[in-house]
Amino acid sequence: MTKQSETPRWQELALGTAVTDPGSARYNRTGDWRSSRPIWDFDKCVKCGVCSIFCPEGCITMQADGLPLADMEYCKGCSICMVECWTGCIEMEEEKE
Amino acid sequence: MVEIRFHGRGGQGAVTSAELLAQAAIAQDRYAQAFPSFGPERRGAPVVAFARIDNKPIRVRTVVSKPDNVIVLDPSILRIVNTSLGLAESGVQVVNSSKNAATLRKEFDLKGKLVTVNANRIAAEEIGRVITNTTMLGALVKATGLVDVDLLVEQIQNRFGRIAGGNIKAFKRAFDECVIDE
Amino acid sequence: MGERKGVEVSIAIAEAAAACDVDCIAAYPITPQTHVVEHLSEIVAEGELDAEFIPVESEHAAMSACCGTAAAGARTFTATASQGLALMHEVLFIASSLRLPIVMVVANRALSAPINIWNDHSDVMTERDVGWVQIFAENGQEAADLVVQAHKIGEDKRVLLPVMVHFDGFILSHVIEPIEMLDRDEVKKFLPDYEPQQRLDVDNPITMGPVGMPTVYTESKMAAEAAIRRSYGPILETFDEFGKQFGRQYKPVETYKTEDAEVMLITMGGISETAMSWVDERRAAGEKVGLVRFRLWRPLPIEEFKKAIKGAKALAVIDRHFSPGGPGGPVAQEIKYNLYEDEPRIPIVECVAGLGGRDVDFNDFDKALGKAKAVLNGEQVPPFELIQVRGGHHGEI
Repeated sequence: MTKQSETPRWQELALGTAVTDPGSARYNRTGDWRSSRPIWDFDKCVKCGVCSIFCPEGCITMQADGLPLADMEYCKGCSICMVECWTGCIEMEEEKE
Repeated sequence: MVEIRFHGRGGQGAVTSAELLAQAAIAQDRYAQAFPSFGPERRGAPVVAFARIDNKPIRVRTVVSKPDNVIVLDPSILRIVNTSLGLAESGVQVVNSSKNAATLRKEFDLKGKLVTVNANRIAAEEIGRVITNTTMLGALVKATGLVDVDLLVEQIQNRFGRIAGGNIKAFKRAFDECVIDE
Repeated sequence: MGERKGVEVSIAIAEAAAACDVDCIAAYPITPQTHVVEHLSEIVAEGELDAEFIPVESEHAAMSACCGTAAAGARTFTATASQGLALMHEVLFIASSLRLPIVMVVANRALSAPINIWNDHSDVMTERDVGWVQIFAENGQEAADLVVQAHKIGEDKRVLLPVMVHFDGFILSHVIEPIEMLDRDEVKKFLPDYEPQQRLDVDNPITMGPVGMPTVYTESKMAAEAAIRRSYGPILETFDEFGKQFGRQYKPVETYKTEDAEVMLITMGGISETAMSWVDERRAAGEKVGLVRFRLWRPLPIEEFKKAIKGAKALAVIDRHFSPGGPGGPVAQEIKYNLYEDEPRIPIVECVAGLGGRDVDFNDFDKALGKAKAVLNGEQVPPFELIQVRGGHHGEI
């Protein structure tokens, strides 16, 4: 699938203005909505993966070393990972710029 | 075109009467309409149904206001509704009543050709319930010859299936027992 | 040839939908519903039709479910009337914008208040702009035939739009009359299996009904506008094909005794039959009158209409709905709009009649004719008038 144009002529729209490009929400870099970001204290982290499971954006992946990593291109800073983390190893830090 | 108005009470089968009559005419390759008076249905309330029969396509969608024939399925209707309203002078009125024509004429000022039949008694005896729709059709067809008797019986058979027997007997008895008063 | 039967029009419509081998029927089963879906539920329950019957809690849910099943690629049918259609309102736009070829039969009935269950066109006329193809039946045969044609039109790859078939509540929906029933095998020949151009499919995922930003919404509306305007050709082709196979030819605009007619009556729906009988009577009395009726309402077949009224000196439009505080009846509005630029500009009298189940009879057509003649004699007549109202439309307000 090719990326659909953002400013198509009406003749170029898919039937019923459908989105025919699966997963195209990825094109929207929504990370810049963020007003605060999660910071992990890896000394406390037990690599359980709860943060990754609860992240509504699906932007937290577990690395080869077992530690989580949030993709800041998409993380909106919703704080759900912080609330769900039972070891309390995540803190939210305000975005400066 | 012949236009017929049926007077009855909700639950007595006035609409079914009109439908059976129309279906018999259609089965004869003629044209017909049957329809209710389009009110909310209430058991026991006075209701009206209509039918039209013609040998060419019927192009009218209004209620029947000048009927050629009127059928009164319930004797008590005469006291509350002017069933003769708009009835043609040459028209026929078929009334379910235990009284004779002379008495009814005096009591309700009925004019024109009057057909009486004690449909309540016939229905009670043949069907076991006082539902007079099929019975009254017997008297109507006898007096007017509007549709073929056998085709009408066939419609009753189709409609009522297992319980058609009593209805057909009642229909035939009314055909034989009704009294026509010119 | 199908069997000719004395049957209630709603039942004949249900049988026609079954003959179309619909896959899914989603409908609200209670008032203001008609016998159409009641009978379809019986057909499905009896195992005579392999379809999913979804009884839902409201018409809003009914149309939403229809959108879902049509999006999944199922041939979808439903029916409603009056308040039910009004409750569907917002979802009707979605069905057409998503290009889902749902077929819906509407028994045209009045909107409350006061509570009124009877026939007029206020339900349909408030849904003019929802982007559906809309066709009006004049009698039971047409209503049944149009259900089959509606599926074919809607599913045509050049169209892919939902279609409403309108038939008048009660004066058609509850009438028993002779109808040639549609034979299932014949219908199958006419209407092949539905092959959706796109559908919800886990193996080939797409998103239907995404957000359309201001940068795209206009283009989306233009695409829908183009689709419904372009449906006109396929609609005519379908009418012709049906005519060839079943012997009943449909046209977007019908005329009756319009040759040399000076005043033409304009109608839609079931009252057109009464109007034809009225034309016969007036003709016998030496009046040069004729009848033109719209069968197709959306897309509006205006060129056909202009051909139909050629030679008329005046038009008398009978509307079954009006826009309070606005420019009169919807049919008259659209005719006037379309004839504004034409020379010579012929007078058009607008009559609103038959609201909430009031009979429209010869007296009303006489009144409309009288108004048209008055205009031709140079008299002033009100721009539009509720011709049946007691007390007069243009008395003290």
